[in-house]
Amino acid sequence: MATDLDHTARLSSRREGETARFALGGEWVLADSAALEKDAAGMAAAARGSARAIVDLAQIVRLDTAGAWVIGRAMDELARAGVVVSMEGARPEHAILLQEAKFRPFEAPSRCRRLLVIDILADLGSSVVSAARDAYNGIGFLGEFVAAAGAALLAAGRFRLTSLVYHMESFGFRSLPIIALINLLVGAIVAQQGIFQLRRFGAGSYAVDLIGILVLRELGVLLTSIMIAGRSGSAITAELGSMKMREEVDALRVMGLSPIEVLVTPRILALVLSLPLLTFVADMSALFGGLLVCWVYEGISPAGYLSLLQAAIGRNTFFVGLIKAPFMALIIGLVAAMEGMATRGSAESLGRHVTASVVKAIFMVIVVDGFFAIFFAAIKY
Amino acid sequence: MTDLASQTIEKPQPSAARETVIRVRDLVVAFGQTLVMRGLDLDVYRGEVLGFVGGSGQGKSVLMRTILGLVEKRSGLIELFGQDRDRLSSAERRRVERRWGVLFQNGALFSSLTVRQNIQMPMREARHISARLMDELAMLKLELVGLPASAADKFPAELSGGMIKRAALARALALDPELVFLDEPTSGLDPIGAAEFDELIATLQHTLGLTVFMVTHDLDSLYSICDRIAALAEGKVIATGTMEEMLACEHPWLQAYFHGVRGARLAGARKPNDMRGRE
Repeated sequence: MATDLDHTARLSSRREGETARFALGGEWVLADSAALEKDAAGMAAAARGSARAIVDLAQIVRLDTAGAWVIGRAMDELARAGVVVSMEGARPEHAILLQEAKFRPFEAPSRCRRLLVIDILADLGSSVVSAARDAYNGIGFLGEFVAAAGAALLAAGRFRLTSLVYHMESFGFRSLPIIALINLLVGAIVAQQGIFQLRRFGAGSYAVDLIGILVLRELGVLLTSIMIAGRSGSAITAELGSMKMREEVDALRVMGLSPIEVLVTPRILALVLSLPLLTFVADMSALFGGLLVCWVYEGISPAGYLSLLQAAIGRNTFFVGLIKAPFMALIIGLVAAMEGMATRGSAESLGRHVTASVVKAIFMVIVVDGFFAIFFAAIKY
Repeated sequence: MTDLASQTIEKPQPSAARETVIRVRDLVVAFGQTLVMRGLDLDVYRGEVLGFVGGSGQGKSVLMRTILGLVEKRSGLIELFGQDRDRLSSAERRRVERRWGVLFQNGALFSSLTVRQNIQMPMREARHISARLMDELAMLKLELVGLPASAADKFPAELSGGMIKRAALARALALDPELVFLDEPTSGLDPIGAAEFDELIATLQHTLGLTVFMVTHDLDSLYSICDRIAALAEGKVIATGTMEEMLACEHPWLQAYFHGVRGARLAGARKPNDMRGRE
């Protein structure tokens, strides 16, 4: 009984004087939508000039909403061309479907076109406003954090030691291998370049001064901060953001607990404590990397390297880097927590905030490092 | 929609000759050492609404996810539209997947897309549909599930729970599927919303000839729109049948389920014969 003919949409038209008669058959379903739309568009052309049109649906085997919609749309077009349209032979279930999916115009989605220049200017303006708002909110957030941390430190019972230790493990201890490795490599690379460039002046051994000052003052803390911004800052934003999305933050708030105190303070404190420790490890492994390269390329023995190093740096050189570390940690933690708390409902928003957290944190770390350099130069430390 | 719901269409009567859309035989699903399905058998016939009940944690959703292919089975047979799922090539499997729509419990709308884009997502995959028809069909589906046109350009995060369910149903219906899986469609809806949703599913089932596999705890839905009910316990389907047969069943869990305080109230309120009172 079922032939191939039943599976494709068919349309035949016949003229009986003033009346155009359309016989529809086969399957009018979404899978064939392109053919259906073409057939239906042909109906308007075929009925031109006739006063009445009859659409015969008796032969339709299968109909879905898309098919019904296209038929309805064609009938509406005929009606608007002044043809009186009627339907006949529809099966009861098809009649219901045709009724449900009867053509009605929907407002086209508004795609307002604007001038590109205006868009760009508006974009620029909103970026400036949001940068200012970020700075303002950041200061507010810093205040909230200091208040919460102060309260936690004063009332020992409210201090979340377990949470602090847990986060120190995940931010600090678990970062040790990668921090040690990249700093070892960077120390070695700086030493190698220093040796090759300085050798031309016969001053290869001054590479040790270069390594000592550069690593201890700048590179150790900077590399560690950037690494931690990427590794732990993003983790903090993602954690807080998904907690915000799943209303966990709201749940804390209605229990009378402050999310800043419970979630943010332990994380930022953990960063502030971990980053100087990591910076120390970074400094040591970078100096060790330098030691290896000097030994291999310049023939400076480890003992010679250490005595050259002692002559080149003072205690202040060592402390300049370490003093900066807690401030960098504070910046990374604040930016990450702020971005996390600003997350809205969607997965896309979470992704955007994690990206923003890392980018802003690294940018701020470098800017603040610049200010520190000016500051230390001014006080001759 | 309401005047249509009052028209009566004869439902196909259950008979041995009816086409089986889903056939599950001797299904075993396990997570580690825990057996969730222990040799489960189930048939779903074309054109029926099958209500699937079972205690919390008994694995109703696991069964649905196993049939959908989201959970690996350990052994057993799953036939979809008469084809053994294990023997399908990936292209054939995709073709089968186009023939069904799924409403997940929490909607699972794509949060970065608007409602309209969510509904058009499966249509876009089909590729050959013109942009105009896609827009029109998306709006039509929105109207079918009872959402205002203004919801089309909203993001899921801006919708209420009930609207999310409706939008998710619209997406499930985007390609006019033959088979629809509904995971607790009325949970989290108020009674009026739940009744409307039931009515909507009943109307769509009549007009589109849908086969509906519905996991539900809503006794109202079971009474009003389900042709057959299957009950899951201890990893097996312990009983299938119409509401009358379920009410008559001796199994203690079913007795507790249908004759408990809530069930008894409903059973008393309606005679089994006018179970489909809402139509």
